[in-house]
Amino acid sequence: MNENKNAADTRLRPRGTDMVELTFDPAEARASEKTGDPRRNSQKRLILGDKFFKLLTGAAAAFVLMILFGVIFTLIEGSLPALLHFGPSFIWTEEWNPVKERFGALAPIYGTIMTSLIAMLVAVPVGLGIAIFLTELCPPFLRRPIGIAIELLAGIPSIIYGIWGLFIFAPFLQRYVQPLMIDTLGNVPGIGWLFAGPPYGIGVLTAGLILAIMVLPFIASITRDVFETVPPVLKESAYGLGATTWEVVWKIVLPYTRVGVIGGVMLALGRALGETMAITFVIGNAHRISASVLQPGTTISASIANEFVEALAELHTSSLTALGLILFVITFIVLACARLLLASLNKRAGGV
Amino acid sequence: MIDNALYRRRKLRNRFHMMMSLATAVFGLVWLVLILAMLLVKGIGGLNLAVFTQMTPPPSASGGLLNAIAGSLILTFLGVIIGTPVAVLAGTYMAEYGRYSKLTNVVRFINDILLSAPSIVIGLFVYSIMVRPMGNFSGIAGAVALAILVVPVVVRTTEDMLLLVPNQMREAAAALGAPRWTVIRYVGYRAAKTGIITGILLAIARISGETAPLLFTALNNQFWSTNIFAPMPSLPVVIFQFALSPYEDWQRLAWTGALLITVAVLTLSVLARVLVSKEAK
Amino acid sequence: MKKKSLILLAASGVLAGATIFGTVLAADISGAGASFPYPVYAKWADSYKKSANVNLNYQSIGSGGGIKQIIAKTVTFGATDAPMKAEDLEKNGLVQFPTVIGGVVPVVNLDGIKPGAVKIDGATLGQIFLGNIKTWNDPAIAKLNPGVNLPNTAIAIVHRSDGSGTTFLFTNYLGKVSKEWDDKVGVSTAVKWPAGIGAKGNEGVANTVAQTKGAIGYVEYAYAKQNKLTHLNLINKDGKTVEPSIAAFQAAAAGADWAKAKGFNLIITDQAGEKTWPIAGATFILIRKQPADAAAATDALKFFDWAYKNGAKEAETLDYVPLPDATIALIRKEWSEIKDADGKPLYTPGS
Repeated sequence: MNENKNAADTRLRPRGTDMVELTFDPAEARASEKTGDPRRNSQKRLILGDKFFKLLTGAAAAFVLMILFGVIFTLIEGSLPALLHFGPSFIWTEEWNPVKERFGALAPIYGTIMTSLIAMLVAVPVGLGIAIFLTELCPPFLRRPIGIAIELLAGIPSIIYGIWGLFIFAPFLQRYVQPLMIDTLGNVPGIGWLFAGPPYGIGVLTAGLILAIMVLPFIASITRDVFETVPPVLKESAYGLGATTWEVVWKIVLPYTRVGVIGGVMLALGRALGETMAITFVIGNAHRISASVLQPGTTISASIANEFVEALAELHTSSLTALGLILFVITFIVLACARLLLASLNKRAGGV
Repeated sequence: MIDNALYRRRKLRNRFHMMMSLATAVFGLVWLVLILAMLLVKGIGGLNLAVFTQMTPPPSASGGLLNAIAGSLILTFLGVIIGTPVAVLAGTYMAEYGRYSKLTNVVRFINDILLSAPSIVIGLFVYSIMVRPMGNFSGIAGAVALAILVVPVVVRTTEDMLLLVPNQMREAAAALGAPRWTVIRYVGYRAAKTGIITGILLAIARISGETAPLLFTALNNQFWSTNIFAPMPSLPVVIFQFALSPYEDWQRLAWTGALLITVAVLTLSVLARVLVSKEAK
Repeated sequence: MKKKSLILLAASGVLAGATIFGTVLAADISGAGASFPYPVYAKWADSYKKSANVNLNYQSIGSGGGIKQIIAKTVTFGATDAPMKAEDLEKNGLVQFPTVIGGVVPVVNLDGIKPGAVKIDGATLGQIFLGNIKTWNDPAIAKLNPGVNLPNTAIAIVHRSDGSGTTFLFTNYLGKVSKEWDDKVGVSTAVKWPAGIGAKGNEGVANTVAQTKGAIGYVEYAYAKQNKLTHLNLINKDGKTVEPSIAAFQAAAAGADWAKAKGFNLIITDQAGEKTWPIAGATFILIRKQPADAAAATDALKFFDWAYKNGAKEAETLDYVPLPDATIALIRKEWSEIKDADGKPLYTPGS
């Protein structure tokens, strides 16, 4: 039992002694002193320890909340000057002029949503394909290594994607892919305007594609996990009726896991929205909204990373913090939706 | 006849979609191979003993990354030491004492949000609660920023792992008269140990490559510095600065550093997975 | 459980070790700010450590960051490329002085054009960056370059995306030579660009220009030289064509009258002189008039004194221009403004 006491978090021992004193009962202590009943003493210590430990863990849990409130409070405090000065029109103004100190959040918001959209358009089908491959097609001995390899992609720090994107990927796109896009897709009536302009290499499309590579492993591994929640009985009965693998995936697995897949996609979206380092290198950082995805744009996080340390005027700093607040609110909503969807899936899985 | 045509069409469609799914898997793996190959090509050229024995050099001079590596180790270590106890305790509350309480639901929700919160915002937060009041950039501020990133990862795994521990084991211990916290420590933690360690390893992997939250907190240092109350160098920040410089020596060191970080992160992730699979057996 | 106490023990050990180590080596000076002089300060700091065994840790966080941090008292000195105005210095209790001079160079990517083969004047440069001149064979450019075969390529403008002292010097020059630029865009470390794409840092601009046919950008001289980019020659205020070089940047500083500029608040773009490169500027150090940590501030002044004496050659190898001796004498005099709590000057340089 003595060992217990030592193991209880050493840093907090002073407070522990406090608590013992608070509930010190002189009569009982005297009694036990006289009788010298060690069992009674240790029993008491155990119960006190339990109370204390419960309090400690509860405090730690509450501390997690404190972090979030701290972050939100700092963001709101920092963005107040800008929000008071520009009012709600801050959100739908495109102008971003540090010289005249007129700031609006529309271009970064647009860029954030547009890059994430491109990333999702590419990563969702590919991620689903990988998940289907892993659960239905892959020979079992390759299943684990490939699954791990794809998850490892998620572990590579974003600054590495950024450097890779700037020095390798963007030049590659500019030299080989974008001219092709301009010549082919650029001439298609209806969507041609999306692919207009000179091939810069960096721009909204490049940023979206880098994001796609970054969130791909998330989508793949979450959807694979979700696919594995499908009861084998359901799949087997479909196979028993003569369904092909694709028919099982399309008519059994996907409908059954729809909510979970959407939740996983939203989770990946949340990550894509907040990504900073990789985007900053390849987006082109222009506070403009261009129709063409080959043109440069900016995102909220890229604007903060680019300008925060250089911003001197209070309104400029405050506008950037306000951008941070908007980003936080957007990711909060997306992640909250994702969690609620995934939770409802868990409930159903539990019910089955 | 009609049946046959239908059968063939179904077969064909199946084959097409399976090919697509194979193609996507190959596509996904190709990126991993491409990125790693490029890192190896660019990074391995600069890899030599000096990288681990010398300090970051001034431009157009030879040197290494010793101070940055040491700084990264200290920052990561402190970040984990600060973040883990709080996170393990919080996870314990959620899985044990407060399994059905309102607080747990709220914390779980918030924790999942923090898990994906933009790390640059965390950097701004720590700048305003530590750097400004303390009057200088410091390693400890960087460590706190990293700790805030550690917390959600470890909270999540601790809770998940403790929830996996069968209730019968808890009941058996409780029947012997052990109070709750003894049960948690001797039954819960013991059973969930590997899982929690895995979570910590993943958290280390996550923070060891973080750049954004260190830019406004730990800053950087050209020299050897282990004083946690002074600006402290770190590998990601050095990579960031050197990669964007015009000097070839610096750029080469940046690629080498990038290779080191990636290898470290991948090793940690693999280690975590090996632990999990061992436990599963 | 044993493991946990072990980890805790190890942690406290490391913590104690770190702080003890820290106090032993506490002769640290910390500075932060402009990214433009970062390489030369890093080089000086390395040499100074060898001769004086003092660690001077300078970190590039941007000029705006340098000003913010010295006002917030988180560093011993701040550094900025865009000089603070005299009244702002007064208000915040700061002393400002220049350290080295650098030049900003327009760089292009044009097939068949050699470095320096194309020349351009300020007004035309302004028209290009305003987006009014759209192709390289535009009459305005052709007129300045008779005999040069200019391609019919679209001009792709590349500018900085982050706030930067380089942008400050460049827009300052354009503002002086083009009224339209001054009215429409203005002068700052970050502006609302009428056209073009933004790239992060000098390296980002250099990289984008090198990869984009028909691109024009502006970078610090060191980046143009190290990355072997094609530079343009400029026609300066005296109407002479100049090539970017250390001598041409020095010529820009030589004509400047630092003595009359309070707080050395002088921007030396578009200076007169036959050999003057028109886009040059000094980078500045900010230090508190009454520093809280007098010892660290004294060490910082000693460091800069040493750098003025011994650092010129190292600066030139990195393509920076040392200040003329007369200016350095003025700076040393200015240092008497920096005082300790008793009102005595902190450091008087021995000549």
